[in-house]
Amino acid sequence: MEYSELIFKVIFVIAVFAVSLLIAMYSTYAERKIAAFMQDRVGPDRAGPFGILQPLADGVKMFMKEEIIPANADKALFILGPSLMMLTACMTGVVIPWGNSLIINGQEYILQITDVNIGILYIFAVISIGVYGIMIGGWASNNKYSLLGAIRASSQMISYELAMGMAIISLVMMTGTLSLREIVLQQPGAHWNVFYQPLGFLIFLVCAFAETNRTPFDLPECETELVGGYHTEYSSMKLGFYLFAEYINMFISSAVISALYFGGFNMPFIGGLGLSHNMLAILGVVFFFAKIFFFIFFFMWVRWTIPRFRYDQLMNLGWKVMIPLSIVNMLLTGLFLLWRNGLFHF
Amino acid sequence: MVFLSIPADYIPIAIMFVVAIGFVVTTIFVTHLLGPKRKSEIKLDTFECGIESQSNARLPFSIKYFLIAILFVLFDVEVIFMYPWAVNFLKLGLTGFIEMLLFVSLLMVGFIYIIRKGALKWE
Repeated sequence: MEYSELIFKVIFVIAVFAVSLLIAMYSTYAERKIAAFMQDRVGPDRAGPFGILQPLADGVKMFMKEEIIPANADKALFILGPSLMMLTACMTGVVIPWGNSLIINGQEYILQITDVNIGILYIFAVISIGVYGIMIGGWASNNKYSLLGAIRASSQMISYELAMGMAIISLVMMTGTLSLREIVLQQPGAHWNVFYQPLGFLIFLVCAFAETNRTPFDLPECETELVGGYHTEYSSMKLGFYLFAEYINMFISSAVISALYFGGFNMPFIGGLGLSHNMLAILGVVFFFAKIFFFIFFFMWVRWTIPRFRYDQLMNLGWKVMIPLSIVNMLLTGLFLLWRNGLFHF
Repeated sequence: MVFLSIPADYIPIAIMFVVAIGFVVTTIFVTHLLGPKRKSEIKLDTFECGIESQSNARLPFSIKYFLIAILFVLFDVEVIFMYPWAVNFLKLGLTGFIEMLLFVSLLMVGFIYIIRKGALKWE
């Protein structure tokens, strides 16, 4: 790796890190404003104009609060849980293709931190480690509510991970690659994968809701029966990490959905405008973020619209509906691809 | 150089790891210093809706969760097997597809078995 390239990467890493934190911060604000809008309330409006500084106020409050570690909790694991959660949430942004590439002084810089050829597997691997964050935190609290919340969260997340993995398989069959950048580049203009994989998209979307523990799948933190779920005993910034990680995960899931199924930085009709390569790349980043914001909004919209599942319904949906559906989708995709490529012979 | 042993594509992941760990450790450390420290025995007690806490939380819980975890491990391994096949799907053609049909049908036999046995029944 060249020296200049390394510096570019370091700057880019810090930029992506900062942007994901910023977006996660303002997602909390957006969530409250959207909730307020849907319930005909005003929402936060005291800190700054329209309450725009509310996330900062929340952040400062989290920092200044007393840190409580329960007397009979497992101290090391109690701290490790939220840290791991936050760490894995930050690590997933690495393989997301934020834009095409910029050409500066004849050298091409791709707008992605790194284009590993196993991008999708990398995301799955990191998401799976996130389960440990919840399980460790919930178990270490030594509280019955936390324990129940944690085992609910883990079994829900692993159940939906199966269907999610199988939904992606049909996509991989079409694209023939696991690199997210190549998958995005294969969807120029309006040739988005969602038109070829509608069922796969639906499965992936539902599983993304379950993976991020968002309503209607927020049983791990079901207030009416489990107080706060796995983070009942947490306070100060450790609680902040859990809440924050959820919003970062939501942001990253929206980015993955946009990249895999909605063409990432591609947009129809702008190819014909005769813009320069760099201009197109910058526009692409804007479009990609527009898609991401739409999906973040969608996550919130669903949260304030659909009530929570019962646990048996959740498990039935995961195992008896999503997994068979994704297998059917996989076989149908296989048949379609064989037919389209005229491969029905030995 | 340690970096020489890992492929160039993965160096940025290592950089991100360092940045993220730096952030997490600093934040945990700073909040530890900033917040007030007024501990009392009752405050450090486990929360149980305000009543006195009953025994330890290291309790036995429903075996269903454990079963789900075991089934997940089995099925996830199968899913991982499908990835290399999916990447090379068009190169393998019809032969590959039929082979995968066999694989999936074996998988389905197991799946139907666990459903029949009631392993996924939540009552």
